[in-house]
Amino acid sequence: MITPFIIKALDKKASWVVAILVAIAIFVPIANLALPRDSFFHIPNYAISLMGKYTCYALLALALDLVWGYCGILSLGHGAFFALGGYAMGMYLMRQIGTRGVYGDPVLPDFMVFLNWKELPWFWHGFDMFWFAAIMILFVPGLLAFVFGWFAFRSRVTGVYLSIITQAMTYALLLAFFRNEMGFGGNNGLTDFKDILGFDIQADTTRAALFAASCIALAISFLICSGIVRSKFGKVLVAVRDAESRSRFFGYRVENVKLFVFVVSAMMAGVAGALYVPQVGIINPGEFAPANSIEVVVWTAVGGRGTLVGPIIGAVLVNVGKTFFTAAFPEFWLFALGALFVGVTLFLPKGIVGSVSGLYGRATKPRDEHPNLHSAAKEAAAE
Amino acid sequence: MKEAKGSLLYLDGVSVAFDGFKAINNLSMVLKPGEMRAIIGPNGAGKTTMMDIITGKTRPDSGYVIFDGEIDLTQHDETDIAAMGVGRKFQKPTVFESHTVWDNLELALNRKRGVFSTLFYKTTGKDREQIDEILETIRLIARRDELAANLSHGQKQWLEIGMLLAQEPKLMLVDEPVAGMTDSETDETAKLLREIAKTRSVVVVEHDMGFVRNLDVKVTVLAEGSVLAEGSLDHVSANEKVIENYLGR
Repeated sequence: MITPFIIKALDKKASWVVAILVAIAIFVPIANLALPRDSFFHIPNYAISLMGKYTCYALLALALDLVWGYCGILSLGHGAFFALGGYAMGMYLMRQIGTRGVYGDPVLPDFMVFLNWKELPWFWHGFDMFWFAAIMILFVPGLLAFVFGWFAFRSRVTGVYLSIITQAMTYALLLAFFRNEMGFGGNNGLTDFKDILGFDIQADTTRAALFAASCIALAISFLICSGIVRSKFGKVLVAVRDAESRSRFFGYRVENVKLFVFVVSAMMAGVAGALYVPQVGIINPGEFAPANSIEVVVWTAVGGRGTLVGPIIGAVLVNVGKTFFTAAFPEFWLFALGALFVGVTLFLPKGIVGSVSGLYGRATKPRDEHPNLHSAAKEAAAE
Repeated sequence: MKEAKGSLLYLDGVSVAFDGFKAINNLSMVLKPGEMRAIIGPNGAGKTTMMDIITGKTRPDSGYVIFDGEIDLTQHDETDIAAMGVGRKFQKPTVFESHTVWDNLELALNRKRGVFSTLFYKTTGKDREQIDEILETIRLIARRDELAANLSHGQKQWLEIGMLLAQEPKLMLVDEPVAGMTDSETDETAKLLREIAKTRSVVVVEHDMGFVRNLDVKVTVLAEGSVLAEGSLDHVSANEKVIENYLGR
């Protein structure tokens, strides 16, 4: 049962992508750790942490593309799943601090001592164990996506309306996590991490390993996505995207199709967040900001939705651009981002990858335009 | 519903109103297994609404819709009803445009449609045979690997009929199958539908009188949401009410 799934997932193009990601996961840490500092191929530490961030963003964009590009669900709240995964990891990292915190409490994180709490809230229990945190990284975003999707898809909420309520979802979580009483560190979030799985989180080796782990996670997720979109289920996804009610009349349970892919996607976003947090050293409610989720849509659109490589390329390119722009002309970045999105929507509706593969005629025939997706995306940009 | 026994589709006293406008008004109709029926009527007579009700898209305000002698279709949604064996062709040909002709047919095949059964599905030799057979019937063999979006209007109509065949329904509802077709295509379609009707029940909604005559089946005339007359085409064309309402316009 599983074997044909994997064989299908590993077609020629997908194998290349996975091979490249694995190679990056191996050689970049070597170039960082083993090569002498003055070597031409040496990769400095700051570059490792930047690349680690980009990889997590790429995974988030891939997750969004699975629901948006293939099933037409334009989620403007994927940042919420990313942040929840990040918080789950952050809670584990907080529990690892132990007595090294400012207040030296062996159990309670600093912010709880500061708030005069006497014992650990119930939902913090278990997070001292990595395996538990790892399960929660998948479970919490998955559960939220399941509950949200259950109601939204069953009520046949689609298009712009669905996008707006996903946006509302992430905004509601933003407000909730800002409150100190929620027990997630309020405004400041969770930070000041010391170590992960017993390794010093600041050490060069740990950072290199985290980068490698992000690449591997991206490779595995890519495989899963590739398997999904190349299966018969993947064809159903596209059928639902293009003609939802028609697929109902062929006996497909559209709400289950959407629910499944939405939950898988949310879990991937959660993993991305969990790998992101130890690399940037902080998670705070700002990650729930609606603007973050909209940026993910821009990366995906720029790279090419409805292709699996597109969102990865889009996320990396746009973020490299962002790193450059915010350093060189900080005040112009948002204009550049807006212009980029408008430009891509107008001139490269299929994104970079879609347009390039169209030029080389590698794609069988140009895919049909989806006016609904476009208008929804434009609204996202206008937000 | 005792009266529904032995029928494939049984509509009794079905009414539905949209904002006070009675689209279907006390409509009753019985279709036997294996029967082909043509439905004609002026614009706004409620032909498409009737199909919406049978396929679960619209819920009637009152009345019974019994399928296969015992199943009350008003209690089920589109997906359930499709799985029970009711196939529908839309007025505007609706195929999955960014899929190839072959994939369109594969999606329509009567196989398990659950999330996990499709996720781990492996195309079998039987699937290929069945699809090739249908491609032959609808004459799209040569275009099997092309995107459905690139088909001509008439070919899309045929592809959709092919998809219905792949679905293997007990009852096929066909809404204006020859709209936008050339005369020779129309003739071919009539032939194809007669062929299909040998193994299942078919309900055809059509405006084209020549086509209906060509089908040579019992005709139901709808007007203002209810049945005006029923019988052979010659019989209903002689009916004064029908002439007044429709034919003699």
